[in-house]
Amino acid sequence: MANAIKSSVVDPLIDNNPITLQVLGVCSALAVTTNMTAALIMSIALTTVTAFSSAMISSIRNHIPSSIRIIVQMTIIASLVIIVDQLLKAYAYDASKQLSVFVGLIITNCIVLGRAEAFAMKNPPVLSFFDGIGNGLGYSLILMIVAFFRELLGTGKLFGHVVIPVANEGGWYMPNGLMLLPPSAFFVIGLIIWLVRSVKREQIESADYQIHQVHRTEVL
Amino acid sequence: MEHYLSLFIKSIFIENLALSFFLGMCTFLAVSKKIETALGLGIAVILVQMITVPANNIIYQFLLKDGALAWAGYPDVDLSFLGLISYIGVIAAMVQILEMAMDKFAPALYNALGIFLPLITVNCAILGGTLFMVERDYNLAESAVYGVGSGLGWAMAITAIAGIREKLKYSDVPDGLQGLGITFITAGLMALGFMAFSGIQL
Repeated sequence: MANAIKSSVVDPLIDNNPITLQVLGVCSALAVTTNMTAALIMSIALTTVTAFSSAMISSIRNHIPSSIRIIVQMTIIASLVIIVDQLLKAYAYDASKQLSVFVGLIITNCIVLGRAEAFAMKNPPVLSFFDGIGNGLGYSLILMIVAFFRELLGTGKLFGHVVIPVANEGGWYMPNGLMLLPPSAFFVIGLIIWLVRSVKREQIESADYQIHQVHRTEVL
Repeated sequence: MEHYLSLFIKSIFIENLALSFFLGMCTFLAVSKKIETALGLGIAVILVQMITVPANNIIYQFLLKDGALAWAGYPDVDLSFLGLISYIGVIAAMVQILEMAMDKFAPALYNALGIFLPLITVNCAILGGTLFMVERDYNLAESAVYGVGSGLGWAMAITAIAGIREKLKYSDVPDGLQGLGITFITAGLMALGFMAFSGIQL
């Protein structure tokens, strides 16, 4: 049991990462990563929702008729997101304004529903809870890495504190404005995927179409 | 009229849901290998967006907004915290109704869209459209225009990336970037292209 819990928390970090391998929850990973504070709040919110929704769905999994299970799961997830949204509005109003619609969009974040469908419907509550935590952390890891590069290169700051003094405030670093714009998020995640797969070669997808290697002997 | 036209253009190009707000990315990356399927999904998104954004607008304006229940004699009630759960309920119900209606009246289209319709319930572009509508406080006519425009923009983006990916499979991609990685980079380049619209003032 302890081993199962450990592997359900550790596996999703790199070996089975929700973003780089399962292609889940990409939307918000791209949108909230212009600074690390927003990314951190989003990570915490998503991890909490995933963990609790998995646990709750798993505890009633034997009573949900399969024809209406999506609606049931959605209702549970939506209620949890409303709680998170209200908490943020009460205690971190600026952050909730900055995240704007993306807190609400946790409802349709594929990680939450994906884990509910793929894991919580088949496993007991405690294990599902830790599976939710693990996947939430895997998501958070990518989010923090992307936000780190985007905020550092885009503004010279981390968590809003100056790390590299920028040129127009008397420093030497000329910030790269592109890093704050949407396209850079795609590039950074693409490069992270490249890096992860260069190390973990078993994650490489096979090509749909093999380019025929022409050898000199064939031409001659 | 001009106001609606500029809102329409803005929602398609400048504020493209997929490429400048990253909404519906999961499906955008997963279901964009073939142009036909991408186009089918795009049409389904336009249809659903066209119905759900105005429907949610009515719910927001007459039930949930602060003071919206004045017509029922409760001017002090603010139900806006129930927003998220009502919107997703409306979306799920609308998708289900659309599915049944299409099965009855347009079976050819229904068969073509197949499994994409139920998938749309969890597409963030749909809920995102509704949430942006609420945040920007559109009225009914504006929300109808915004719904169609944003759906069209998303459909265009996914069809375009499917077209690129169909050609891309003949190119020699580094091993680690194969599949998902190169799709991200391609989407980034497309987003860069779409940023050319961002300077347009309407």
